[in-house]
Amino acid sequence: MSSTAKDISKVSRRRAFSKTDRTTLSAFVGIPLFFHLLLVWIPAVLTILLSFTYWSGISISRIKWAGLANYKNIFFDTPAFWEAVKNNIVWLGWFGLIATPIGILLAYQVDRQIRGHKFYETAYYLPVVLSLAVTGIIWDFLLRPDGFINGLMGRDIDNAFSFFGNYDINIYVILTIASWRHIGYIMLLYLAGLKSVDLALREASSLDGATEWQTFKKVIFPSMKPVNIIVIVITIIESLRAFDIVYIIYGSRGGLPILGTLVFSNIAGEGASMKGAAYAVILFVLSIGPIIAYLRATFKSDVQ
Amino acid sequence: MSIDVELQQAATKYKNKQKVKDRFISAIIGVFAIIWVFPIVWTVWTSLRPYKDVRANGVFSIPKTLNLDNYTQAISRMELPLYFWNSAAITIPAVFLTLFFGSLIAFVVSRYSFKWNVSLLLLFTAGNLLPAQLVFIPVFKMYITLGKALGIPRILYDSHWGVVLIHVAFQMGFATFVLSSYMKTVPKEISESAMVDGASVFVHYSKVMLPLLRPALASLGVLMTTWIYNDFFWALVLMSTDSKRPITSALGRLQGEFVTDYNLLAAGATIAALPTLIVFFVLRKQFVSGLTLGSTKG
Repeated sequence: MSSTAKDISKVSRRRAFSKTDRTTLSAFVGIPLFFHLLLVWIPAVLTILLSFTYWSGISISRIKWAGLANYKNIFFDTPAFWEAVKNNIVWLGWFGLIATPIGILLAYQVDRQIRGHKFYETAYYLPVVLSLAVTGIIWDFLLRPDGFINGLMGRDIDNAFSFFGNYDINIYVILTIASWRHIGYIMLLYLAGLKSVDLALREASSLDGATEWQTFKKVIFPSMKPVNIIVIVITIIESLRAFDIVYIIYGSRGGLPILGTLVFSNIAGEGASMKGAAYAVILFVLSIGPIIAYLRATFKSDVQ
Repeated sequence: MSIDVELQQAATKYKNKQKVKDRFISAIIGVFAIIWVFPIVWTVWTSLRPYKDVRANGVFSIPKTLNLDNYTQAISRMELPLYFWNSAAITIPAVFLTLFFGSLIAFVVSRYSFKWNVSLLLLFTAGNLLPAQLVFIPVFKMYITLGKALGIPRILYDSHWGVVLIHVAFQMGFATFVLSSYMKTVPKEISESAMVDGASVFVHYSKVMLPLLRPALASLGVLMTTWIYNDFFWALVLMSTDSKRPITSALGRLQGEFVTDYNLLAAGATIAALPTLIVFFVLRKQFVSGLTLGSTKG
């Protein structure tokens, strides 16, 4: 009964809103809500509807009902889709098993204030503030045929190793670049959570003779549950949505099919089929689970 | 007594062991930190070397000259001031409108108790998490249709305002979420006394709550600035005229155009990265707290 919301509600109930106040409140909620619905939710619903149609995208009267045809086409007649699914799974595996855990462990060490922690924090976070367009250019300097790494490997331009063009390994090259950003991002998120962990808890466990690894595993990590959920959700969402870095390196050519770029290469420009909409819906359906998990983790206190 | 001494010895032994271990950990993290910043350092290094020198002597050669020629060249040949202007024309209004709208909803949701408060907050937060790809086609069509209906084809499509609006509509969700959890920490007595004094809703917002929100607005503003400035997707899909694009989307085209002269390109990329780097180093505290405001509530 003592929650803030309830007390305020008493205040507002005691006194009915004046006409001006009611107008003000309606405008405060109405105007932002209008833009949000018009440009986010309504288009989202429309895309779901469009995914069941054939439409060249020009005149609205030409929309034809397609039923599940677009989806059937994607699932049964589009090998690129399954290749993209495979690549997104590899992406998720890499982020989930390598990049995110590294980010978390880094945060833990930086938080312990090991020597040089300030420099480390900055160094690992720096890539996160760069735009992916700049990131793409930076890594191109390193990996291009006449770039730094090929130079280091003693290869000149004629027998250079093609990091982006070798389709067996290019996903790992892209994942290295993506991790360059992701690790710093996770580190910073986790670092903020660690600041709230009780110092006494940690000291108690180190006095008990627990090693650093045991302290982390048994004491710190379990006490970080809300942040852990958010970090897991962010890892999944980022793996599903990956788009920018792949688009920047390959454009709409299919150098590395992933769900995010398939959507794009199928909806860009006039005259595209609504298969692109179906891809977007698939992407959305896959992200519903993590979105709900995120909302539950962050809204727990409000709903109670 | 002797047990105490033994215990103490054990403790020091343990501490020393830990110290050695910590040095080792620090060294490993340090080596990787250097690898981490290397790509950026290499780009800046490349940008300082004249193209001819690299062409003649290779990327690993010791430079004869280091200068800022690539920068002056990049600014004039890549028309960077124009793209910077476009970035500003999109980022500044988008950040202000996002903060403004976000603060309005957050204010109502956290200061008044309506039945739909939590649902509204959920709607905005969930909206922010939807994939951009899911909304792109209809938004694109809406912009074109509105342009045709009004007889001004480029009123939203291919215009800065169209990109501004979509950023505002999306990021508003995040701003609302962050600001409302911040506002919940403001003591209710402040609102109560304002209401008892007979302050109107508008005065309650603008004179009482808004000034208190300043630190949160600053943090969020810094974060939003880097996000919107760095955005690549919306400017790419909702614009067609190259000369109107913000610098981050323009870079892609410039990369294709100046692909051979990569010392020039390095200078261009460094210049494009400068605003966010400056923001990061100067307003680092706000940046970090902006990110954490939203992510570690509760």
